[in-house]
Amino acid sequence: MNRFDYVRAGTVAEAVQAYGAGARFIAGGTNLIDLMKYEVEKPDRLIDITRLPLDGIEEQGGGLRLGALATNAKVAYDDRVAAHYPLLRNAILAGASAQLRNAASTGGNLLQRTRCYYFYDAGTPCNKREPGSGCPAIGGVNRIHAIFGASDACIATHPSDMCVALAALEAVVRVSGPGGDRAIPFSEFHRLPGDNPEKDTNLAPGEIVVSVDLPESRFPQTYTYLKLRDRLSYAFALVSVAAGLELDGDTIKTARLALGGVAHKPWRNREAEALLEGKPATVESFREAADLIVAEAKPQSENVFKIELARRAIVRGLEQAAAGTPQSLSDKRIQ
Amino acid sequence: MPGLPAASLDDTMLLEKTPPVPADARICITLTINGQRRELQVTPWTTLLDLLREKLDLTGTKKGCDHGQCGACTVLVNGTRVNSCLTLAVMKDGAEITTVEGLAGLGDRKGSNALHPIQEAFIEHDAFQCGYCTPGQLCSSVGLMNEGHAHTRDEIREAMSGNICRCGAYTNIVDAIEDVMQGAAR
Amino acid sequence: MATQISTAAGTDRHVGSPRSRVDGPAKVTGLAKYAGEFTAADLVHGYVVGSTIARGTITGIDCAAAEAVPGVLKVLTHANRPDVSGKADSYRDMVGPPGTPLRPLYDANILFSGQPVALVLAEDFETARYAASLVKVTYAAETPETDIDALVPTAYDPPTKRDGIKPPPEPWGDADAAFGKAPIRVERQYRMANEHHNPMEPHASTVIVEADGTYTAYDKIQGVANSQQYLTGAFGLKPEQVRVMNPYLGGGFGAGLRPQYQLFLAMLAAKDLGRSVRVVLTREQMWSFTYRPEAVQTVSLGASPDGALQALRHDAVQGTSRYEDYQENIVNWSGTLYKCDNVKLTYRLAKLDTATPGDMRAPGAVSGLFAIESAMDELAVETGKDPIELRLINYTDSDPVEGKPYGSKALKSCFEQGAARFGWAKRDPKPRSMREGRELVGWGMASGIWEALMMPSSARAVLSADGKLEIGNSTGDIGTGTYTILTQIGADALGLPMEDVTTKLGDTNLAEAPVAGGSWTAASSGTAVMKACRNIAAQVFVLARQMENSPLANVDFERVVFTGGRIEVAGDPSRGVSIKDAMRAGGFETIEVTEKAGPDSDFAKQFECYTHQAVFVEVKVDEDLGQVRVTRVVSAIAAGKILNPKTARSQIIGATVMGIGSALHEESMLDHRLGRFMNRNLGEYHVPANADIHDLDVIFVDEEDKANPLGVKGVGEIGIVGTAAAIANAVFHATGKRVRDLPITIDKLL
Repeated sequence: MNRFDYVRAGTVAEAVQAYGAGARFIAGGTNLIDLMKYEVEKPDRLIDITRLPLDGIEEQGGGLRLGALATNAKVAYDDRVAAHYPLLRNAILAGASAQLRNAASTGGNLLQRTRCYYFYDAGTPCNKREPGSGCPAIGGVNRIHAIFGASDACIATHPSDMCVALAALEAVVRVSGPGGDRAIPFSEFHRLPGDNPEKDTNLAPGEIVVSVDLPESRFPQTYTYLKLRDRLSYAFALVSVAAGLELDGDTIKTARLALGGVAHKPWRNREAEALLEGKPATVESFREAADLIVAEAKPQSENVFKIELARRAIVRGLEQAAAGTPQSLSDKRIQ
Repeated sequence: MPGLPAASLDDTMLLEKTPPVPADARICITLTINGQRRELQVTPWTTLLDLLREKLDLTGTKKGCDHGQCGACTVLVNGTRVNSCLTLAVMKDGAEITTVEGLAGLGDRKGSNALHPIQEAFIEHDAFQCGYCTPGQLCSSVGLMNEGHAHTRDEIREAMSGNICRCGAYTNIVDAIEDVMQGAAR
Repeated sequence: MATQISTAAGTDRHVGSPRSRVDGPAKVTGLAKYAGEFTAADLVHGYVVGSTIARGTITGIDCAAAEAVPGVLKVLTHANRPDVSGKADSYRDMVGPPGTPLRPLYDANILFSGQPVALVLAEDFETARYAASLVKVTYAAETPETDIDALVPTAYDPPTKRDGIKPPPEPWGDADAAFGKAPIRVERQYRMANEHHNPMEPHASTVIVEADGTYTAYDKIQGVANSQQYLTGAFGLKPEQVRVMNPYLGGGFGAGLRPQYQLFLAMLAAKDLGRSVRVVLTREQMWSFTYRPEAVQTVSLGASPDGALQALRHDAVQGTSRYEDYQENIVNWSGTLYKCDNVKLTYRLAKLDTATPGDMRAPGAVSGLFAIESAMDELAVETGKDPIELRLINYTDSDPVEGKPYGSKALKSCFEQGAARFGWAKRDPKPRSMREGRELVGWGMASGIWEALMMPSSARAVLSADGKLEIGNSTGDIGTGTYTILTQIGADALGLPMEDVTTKLGDTNLAEAPVAGGSWTAASSGTAVMKACRNIAAQVFVLARQMENSPLANVDFERVVFTGGRIEVAGDPSRGVSIKDAMRAGGFETIEVTEKAGPDSDFAKQFECYTHQAVFVEVKVDEDLGQVRVTRVVSAIAAGKILNPKTARSQIIGATVMGIGSALHEESMLDHRLGRFMNRNLGEYHVPANADIHDLDVIFVDEEDKANPLGVKGVGEIGIVGTAAAIANAVFHATGKRVRDLPITIDKLL
């Protein structure tokens, strides 16, 4: 780790005030310290925000406000989350390890940086790490890389499970910064790489995530978080599916679907969601939606399989959601 | 309190006037480690793991990957299991830390030299071979039992998956934890 | 003297009984110290800078920024290092392959990605790591070659054979002709990925400069004698100038057989600075040396319709480094395991721009048996034979390669007992015939074989007047339970409780013993300890008999037993003398004996020695999504006498877990353009996690073997050898898809 100043902030205003170019906010630290040890992140100053009063989980406006500093474990094991947003609980618990979830914060989970071997390896070029240096993942070792929304500059994926659920739940991210407070719809929070892969999110410099707001209770029964990975726990997703359905009898009233492990951000396809709405909750409908989604997939040299895996996972995820049999977290048999 | 300009401040203007901790300075923190309160001077980039191993000679806590990918460094911070390799010591100012060296002092047998039941169960079930992941497995097991979410073998397996054992003692580890959990329930 | 061991009888016996590890308390309290945990007041921390290119030369190293960091003492590079030997022979260790060993920081040549090019020395670890990031190295890079497929056509027979590794035997019969004529033929290519050992403890060395100018090196090594030889060779030291210790090893699996570059660098810096130095590698740097190399294998089996083998060919091309010819036995197993009149076994190497590969748990056998045992499963399908039946049809009680009978071979018992425990008889041979919901269920099996080796070893035993026994030698307990089994052997030999026996290992000041590897430690060190303790027993017996009015006065040694700290007439406990009394009467404070043991050459002339395995696996595979779960494993092992069923079982389950890793997870992925392994961390190189492992059942079948007096054959490796093939065979049975390249990841089953 490089040498840096350490500032402990007591209020959001203090934290924002302490921010300057080269500074980083730190909460759980589970990704930032990791990256600092690889010399990928070299902040001049760390602003410790763990003592800000942002670790609460509160009901507000019919929904739930998750403080940015509420740990992943605290959110996952909150009774209200379990009752009203079990999709979020399951996604969180499908990710990382118990130890990491005990430390990692809600805001930090959103700000995890990308999953890519080359990004983490300071001995190789990377446009995200050093803009303009190139992307060796293209044509390199890339079986884990993106099949949606990649660019010629970057083909990395977002590593989060929690964010995939938040995308499907249409959460809102509240931020505070030098320019004041604002709310960002979840789908607009993360970016696609385009020509500026160094920017993961649409946060402005010095902005700090204050909370993640969940709308009123969503998909308390008919949901799933289905994660396919290279071992049965403690591994990033090859493909994951967050699915929530509202059914009227056998007819789909509302469908929300987000994919993880396939793009630079949680991947949603509103056309596919719209296609499902009004259709019967059958495998045929699910296949139609899956086909629509994967139609725009573009593989890399080693990850063609992810397209078919995504297609099948979408269908299975929707089946699980429709049947009200969400994927178990401990029994690894896929329902 | 020296070294922490912003900690007690609620006036942002004051922060401007008080320079942050310079990059070569040490910061005074207080940690209660295995029941013993200690005042320590640390650089901000010192992880809790390196503090324990390099400065305090508490080498029971292991460095297996230094990136939160193996769990060998697991300790209890205020009773909660975390990866000490991804924890900056300065950020835990005021916390209670329990390492493998302090496990025996927890719980019913506090004060005695007897082992913690999970330590005894690990020996009885041969839940380790080389022993390098063991301190992390033990602290993680205690953290798991504190959390109270895992009950079945499947749930224990999942909840212990953040602790890699390359010797492959997993089934024995689950046996040991189950044994202690059932003992506690009796 | 009688050939039987004069020891405690009946229930007092520790050997053969399950016993908890004697090092357990130290390991569960965190008091067991590993190589990177010893310290000194003057300790300096070294951090290694590795090359980013795989082939070429260093054109410049700028250390100015690194050296300017407060707390940094020095940056060592090839340009400013102290004078060291340039002769390759100076760098040889006890188990290295033919070639020119790596000479760290010797010159500007880059032989592999991650090769050490600088060592940053600082007052603390974090400062050294930070400063290392400021070292700027420039290179003249050449295009590396790391793609074995491109090199198969130019693969070569290694001109110098590796000591201890048998090259393939001369072919017998005419395998090509017989294969051409065989009614049933299976010819397939098999491969498995490059794997890295990844013991949980990263490699580390702490070299302490003692007050008298000598060195004590704590090194992560599976046998300290090897590190001592290496250091004396590389630095021109005398053995008495450098003591090497390593009481505990945080996992080796072969990665700790050869001294690695961090030892050289720590000693180089300690000599240069005159201060104690510790160099700990990062997890990422664990990909910068030894690995299990990918092998491209072709197996051709020709058989009659009833399944009898008529032709067997097994060819392997394996990667090695540019600078050493690492070799292992991949193909010979096929000739040893099956009876066939026409056999051709061939093995070649391909030069890659990587670090030299090395032995990883059951080297060669894991790769080779995956191929032959998969091919046998394919032949079972072709011939319609049950996989066990096919193996019995081609069973051999003598080694076709050496033309000698096996000293013991209870593989048939392994088949029987394993199959019974597993419920194999209920298997419907048809693929895709069993399912549970959306999962296809598959049952597969494979045989396994590994050498039962013994190496020359010595051991020292010291009996004190207080009746306590101390035993030991320089080999390492690598997590296998060596401390415990040696304690059991010593306790039984003198009839002592285990608490009265202390075993010391991992110190060059102890009696010399080989590295711990090859599953030979129980036989080698165990026999040496037993001999030393028997010698003491005979001496203390003489003291007992010489006592005034000794109840043993006219009793022969063969008629006494040692039990409960006493020497007693067998069958008459009333006639006995305590060991303490005998020592006191004889006026001895201690009796000290060092004994040597080695393989029985007469036995070896007549017999071949192997351990065997029959492993049965149940997998459940999601039909659509390709997720594989190994839900049940029964591993039946024939390994002679089991000294400690508790720790031996752990060896087998641990090896099974690693076998599951080989089969489903492990793959070090090379970017051939860079010659660099890219997934150099435990988040992206997957080893099995707890959730991947379900019921593992181990059976030790009875097997009498006389290769050594303990009747022990070793259990460290036999548990892994057939496991991957059994899983692949089970996956085929479940899905009808034959995966011939490991690991079996989701993409291969879609």
